[in-house]
This record gives sequence, C-alpha cells and structure tokens, in this order.
Amino acid sequence: MRRRRLPPSLLAGAILVGIVVAAAAISLFWTPRDPGHVVVSDRLRPPGYAGSLLGTDQLGRDELSLLMAGARNTLLVGVVTVLIAMALGVPVGGLAALYRGPLEEVAMRSTDVLLAFPALLLAILFAAVFRPSTITAMAAIGLAFVPIFARVVRGAGLQVMEQDYVTAARTFGSRGGWIFWRHLLPNVNAVIIVQAALAFAVAILAEAALSYLGLGTPPPTPSWGRMLSESQSYLDQAPLLALWPGLCIALAVLGFNLLGDGLRDLLDPRLVERLPQTQG
Amino acid sequence: MREPALEVRDLRVRVGTLEAVHSVSFTLERGLRTGLIGESGSGKTLTALAVMGLLPDGLGASGSVLYEGRDLLQMAEAELCRLRGDRLAMVFQEPMTALNPVMRVGDQVAEPLRIHRGAGRGAAGRQAVQLLERVQIPDAAEKTRAYPHQLSGGQRQRAMIAMAMACSPDLLIADEPTTALDVTVQAQILGLINRLVEEEGATLLLITHDLPVVAQVCEQVMVMYGGYIVEEGPAAEVFDRPRHPYTRGLVDAIPPLDQDLPERRLRAIPGNVPALGEFPEGCPFRNRCPRADWRCQVMPALTGEQHKVACWHPVA
Amino acid sequence: MSGPALFQVNGVSRRFRLPRTSFRHAPATLTAVDRVTFELHEGESLGVVGESGSGKTTLMRLLLGLERPDEGTVDYRGASLRREVQAVFQDPVSALDPRMRVADIILEPVRVLHLPGDREKTLRELLEAVGLPQGSARRYPHEFSGGQRQRVAIARALAPRPRVLLADEPVSALDVSVRAQILNLLQDLREGYQLTLVLVSHDLSVVRQMCDRVLVMYRGQVVEAAETRALFRAPRHHYTRTLLDSVPTLRKRRAASR
Repeated sequence: MRRRRLPPSLLAGAILVGIVVAAAAISLFWTPRDPGHVVVSDRLRPPGYAGSLLGTDQLGRDELSLLMAGARNTLLVGVVTVLIAMALGVPVGGLAALYRGPLEEVAMRSTDVLLAFPALLLAILFAAVFRPSTITAMAAIGLAFVPIFARVVRGAGLQVMEQDYVTAARTFGSRGGWIFWRHLLPNVNAVIIVQAALAFAVAILAEAALSYLGLGTPPPTPSWGRMLSESQSYLDQAPLLALWPGLCIALAVLGFNLLGDGLRDLLDPRLVERLPQTQG
Repeated sequence: MREPALEVRDLRVRVGTLEAVHSVSFTLERGLRTGLIGESGSGKTLTALAVMGLLPDGLGASGSVLYEGRDLLQMAEAELCRLRGDRLAMVFQEPMTALNPVMRVGDQVAEPLRIHRGAGRGAAGRQAVQLLERVQIPDAAEKTRAYPHQLSGGQRQRAMIAMAMACSPDLLIADEPTTALDVTVQAQILGLINRLVEEEGATLLLITHDLPVVAQVCEQVMVMYGGYIVEEGPAAEVFDRPRHPYTRGLVDAIPPLDQDLPERRLRAIPGNVPALGEFPEGCPFRNRCPRADWRCQVMPALTGEQHKVACWHPVA
Repeated sequence: MSGPALFQVNGVSRRFRLPRTSFRHAPATLTAVDRVTFELHEGESLGVVGESGSGKTTLMRLLLGLERPDEGTVDYRGASLRREVQAVFQDPVSALDPRMRVADIILEPVRVLHLPGDREKTLRELLEAVGLPQGSARRYPHEFSGGQRQRVAIARALAPRPRVLLADEPVSALDVSVRAQILNLLQDLREGYQLTLVLVSHDLSVVRQMCDRVLVMYRGQVVEAAETRALFRAPRHHYTRTLLDSVPTLRKRRAASR
C-alpha cells in the first residue's frame, strides 16, 4: 500500500519560490514606485519614509520596487542557465549511457574538462572576451553546470539500460533513438527535475556573485547581486540597504534548495515499485 | 512432548495501522526442526523478527514469546543483546548483505565469541578457523583473512552459519537460507544445517516458501497465509495429507520430479496474493479458495490433535 | 513432434574479458558459452537447465541476437529474427517500463516493427489470451502484482505473432501459489499460438513439466542433451545426476525423527 505524503520541504520550498515568482510577475504590471525613478534628494532614506516600505537606495530609488524588478532578473538567469545546462548535459549523459564504449569515454571526459572550470572563471573569461552582461553570465554558469547534468543523467541512464524492458525493446528491434526517447528520458525525468531545482539555486547564487563582482548584469537592469555590491559603500549610512538584497538571495536559494529536496523525496520512492515481496 | 524451547502466544505484529501477523501461537520443542512455510504477505519473516526482537522501527509486536520462562517481547534491549548470538541465532537469505563487506570473514565469525564469551583476539581467531572448518569451507585458515566478496555464495552462507553457531545457540532461526543459492549448493547447505543442528541439539526454525526444502529438513511444519497459521503438524502428515485448501494447493502446484507426470496442466491456485491490508475479512484465503462459503467470513481457530488446521471446510 | 530446424547453433562460444585485478597479470577471460551445438525444431519445447555460471542466460542472449558469438554460428532459419523470436524475462519488476501504460507496453513491438493490423483488436485479444481484464490496458505496471506483470510481459512477447518464445526463469521471481498459473498459461499459449518454446531454468521440476527435450549446461558447455523422459529416468552425465540428486522433493524426506 503506497501512501504519498507531501514532504514538508516541498511545501516550504514551493512557498518561498512562489513568493519570488509572484514578486517578479507582479513587477511586470506594478511596483510601488518606478524602480528607475531617481530622486537624489531622497537618497538613503530609512524604511517607512514617504511610503517607501524598505527605504531608498543611494540614488533615491525605492528599494522594494528595485527588489521586485530584480526578481525578474534572478528568475531569468535561473531559467536560462538551467536550460543551457540541460540542453547540453542531458543529451551528453543520455547518449553516454545508451551507447557506452568510446562515445561514453569521450563524452564524460569532455564534461570533466568543463568541471575543471569554476563558473566564476568562465564568466571572467567570457566577460573579457565579450562585454560583461547578463548573457555572458548565463552562458558561463550554464556551461559550468553541464557536467552535473551529464553525470546525473548518465548515472540514472545506466540503471535504466539495465532494466529488462530495455532488453525486451532491443529484442523486437528497437534502435537507439527509440530507446532514448521512449524509455531512457522518461525514466530519468525525476532526477533531471530534482537536479534542475538544485541547479537553479546555485545559479542564483552564482549570478549574484558575478553581479557583485561587476561581471554580471550591468546597470540599469536591477540585479540583487549588484545591489548587494553597491550597498557596501553605504554600510555606515544605511546598513539595512545591504540586508534586503542579501536576504532575497538567501531566501530564493533556500527556496529552490528545499524545492529540490522535496521533489527528490516525493519522486524517488515512487520509482521503487510496490510489489509483493516474493520469497520472504 | 519434549520441553518447549520457545513458546509463542498470541503474537501480533502491526505495521502502521495494519496488523500483519494475527494472533500467532505455537511451541517449538527442544531439539526439533520446524519449518515455517509461507509466501509474501504471510507474515513469516515478521514473526521471526518479532521473536528475535529485531523488528524495524515503526512496527510493533504484542503477545508473549517465552524463552526459558522469560518473555522476550518484554525484555530490555540490553538483555536481548546478551541472548542474541549466544542463545538465539539467526541466518538470513542474502549472505552478501548479511555479512559486512569491509570486514574480514574470520573477524566476523569470531565476533560472537568475542562479545559473548569474552574471548581475546587470538583465541577467537583460532576458534573462527575451527568453525569455518566445521562448516566445510576449504582452506579455512586462508579464508578467515578473506573478505566476503572473495567467497562464493555458498561459502558466504556457510560462513554465516558458522557465525550463527559459534556460541552453540539453543535456537537457530534460518530465514530462506538457501533461496539465493544454486540447487547443488542448496543441498549441501541444507545438509550442513541438518548436521550442525543435530550435533548441537539445537532447535531449528526454518522459514521458507519452498515446500520440498522443508520436507527434506524438518519434522514439524507450520503453514502461514495472510498473517495466520492455517495448518500445523508433522511434516510427513501435512505433505501427504494436507488438510487446508491452501496447503493442498501449494502441494498440487509443484511439478513432481520423482513421480510420473499425471497431466500436462498443474492444478493452480487462482488469483494473486493480496497486498498487506487487502486480505479479505475472516479467512484470508477465502477469495481464492474453491471451498469457501458464507462461514468463511469468520476466521476459524486452529483445531486438531497433532495435525491442526484452521478451516471450516478442511480437505479430506 | 518436431518440425524443421528453426535454429541451428554450431560450435558457438562467447567469451568475456574480466576486469584487471592486478598490474602484472593479463586480465582473465570468462568463457560463458563453450562450443555449444544444437538445433531447435519447430513446435518443440526445449529446456535449458543449469545453475549460475552455466551460460544459459548468455546462450539465450545469443539466440536473441543480443550478443554475437566469438566462434561458431547462430543461424535462424525463419524469415525475421526480430519479429519471430521473442522473450520473457525473469524479473517482473524490471520487465515493464514503469512510465508506460500497459496498452503501450504490449503494443510496443507492433509499433517498432511497423506491423500492420488493427491494434485495438490485437490488444483486446492479447489481454484475453493472457487472462487479464480489458481494463488493464489503461493502467500502469505498479498497479499489478508480480504474476500479472508477467502476464503483461507475455502478452508483449506475443504481440508480433512470434514463432519462437524464449523464457528465462519466467516464474522464479513469482509467489509460489502463482507459478503454476503462469506455467499453465505458457502451456496453453504454446498450443494456441503454435509456439516453439525454449525454457531456461535452474528448476528441474519446471523443465520436466514443460519441456520435450532438455539441454543440461555446466560451465558453458552442454554436458547432456536428451528427451525429457529419458534424461530424468536415466541421466548419463555425472553432473546431471548430481543435479537430480540435489533437488529436494516432497517425497525425499529426511530419516524419521528421534
């Protein structure tokens, strides 16, 4: 008798992620103030000043509006980087598991090369060659995550290839393509989803770090990481300014991590099928 | 009637809100070999684990299991630990998972001696070699230094038996000890268990789904289905003249090896073994039984003299 | 009893190179199948008996074309190996893709082989043939018991209308009370679909029940090949005799109790 209980981590993660997504979505139509509206005379005001819930930044812009707009950037980066990583990593890992042999060696060793480059280093490289921008940041982080997806998919894929239903499929003439799309991918879905959620969390953190270093999203697009960096200079005048973006990053990362863990708990036991225990 | 080695009374095992073992009562006579037959969902392994106090977390047992006048179910864990490995021993189905893969075989076999007899490393090591020789592992001295993966399946099982018998226990419970083994190896292991149990005068509880194995080893047999004991008696009696329709079905379903083939088709029991919690009310077998009727909505008690059966419509 | 030869296996060997265990010595080779020769005739039921390491599973994979022999030839005399030779495997859990509905599982061979015909009708007939309710088609493997899953696997094997069915330990992983059902089913289907059956098993009593002829394998070699009745009555090779003596039966009781 299988009973599915929603893991608490899943619920908590979903709520946190939901808040970020909601903030981003709402910011498309409405923010308390125009985030780009500069009022130099109102710079570095404390929370509650003239309807500004969280205060203003060094250019007099409303902090809350900036954070909401920044959520869009955060989600964009997360989504694009994970998509890039999946688009490259999943086929590489899947084909490695499917065909084994020299193809597997080449595929996995190539991704190992990528593994040697920390995301930051790749970003600096890209930023030096091209201009620092959100796109270079996303490309760099995405590439850096390719090996993770490749490994995870290969690992899970190998298990799938050992199942009798794959052997049976070969018996009636299935070719690689059929097995890949019909059997391998659907059965590694669960690990991909879990990994995507976790990668999302790391991507957010990576982008924040890059923006903090000035290698990520350039102004005027609001970015939590850059907001954090800029707030450093004003720590004595408006210390709370450093708190808000940092808190947002932390909660978003936490949210995606919890979501990933919760999904893992939810999806993995289901993969172990219920079967009356034969022989004991 | 010999003195009882183990008396189980009204044993119930709960898995969450479901009861997996229903009011099981039986007595194991000292020195006798008893087989416990059952398939999945019968509750046979849970019964054994309950006796040994090894039920996993989340499962609860009630009733009493009397060993030398003391109730094992009421005993503190520390006390039980003293008995386990010393007076009560267990052998499992998968020797590869029952043996520690990163510990040398000799050390594992010696472990009970060190724990219960206080033997030092050297003395225990020497005894381990003797034990391995007793279970007929070739090159015993060399094998003590080997790791489990370096032994064959049959040798691992022998090592596990050696470990179980190290302190000459009163009671040996063997849960599917030969199911994972090849048939020729199985024959050797069963012979080994037979011999050792007889030499030590130990009481054996052999748990398996394999009827012929029980026929080969045991004097008494109990048949479990859906958490109940449905038939009990001398092995020869139960197999020659089974009274419960389930037992009868099991016996009929085995393709004979040493008789003339009566017909091309086997007499099969219809239906499937239900999952826990999906057995019907009353007699758990009634939705598969050709003899079931309205009376079977209530579970009959186990009745009889030597050969007992729990059925409203016993065969023959 | 037997028609023309469907399979001709001649001097077939298959070796595997084991991983290195030391720097100095070359890796060892395992000869899984060692110079095996036999024929499979249409309509017969052939048992392949052996313990672990006997090579019976590798032999089956050679027949299915999943492995190529290192020596010798495996010759299928029919029209299309992929369509006419199907298999049922031991483990009912891994036999079915947990993400696919039963209908898709059973019809998969028909799709892959691009076979013509009314698929709905084929599905209905197959479900009926293996004794599963029609509603099973919409459900997923995890909703079924081991015996039922094996029925699905058998239905899948029958979907392309094969001539030969290879069954590798088809009932070993099933509950004892269900085994006889599946064996009876295989027997019925063999007659109904006129199948040639190859049954690979370690269980001698099953082979005796189901097969006309038996090959006994030991360490990759066929040590004895004979008609079932003759083999069980008067085994010639010592391994066969050891095997028969080792099998416990209900009659072979231990000596009376003390």
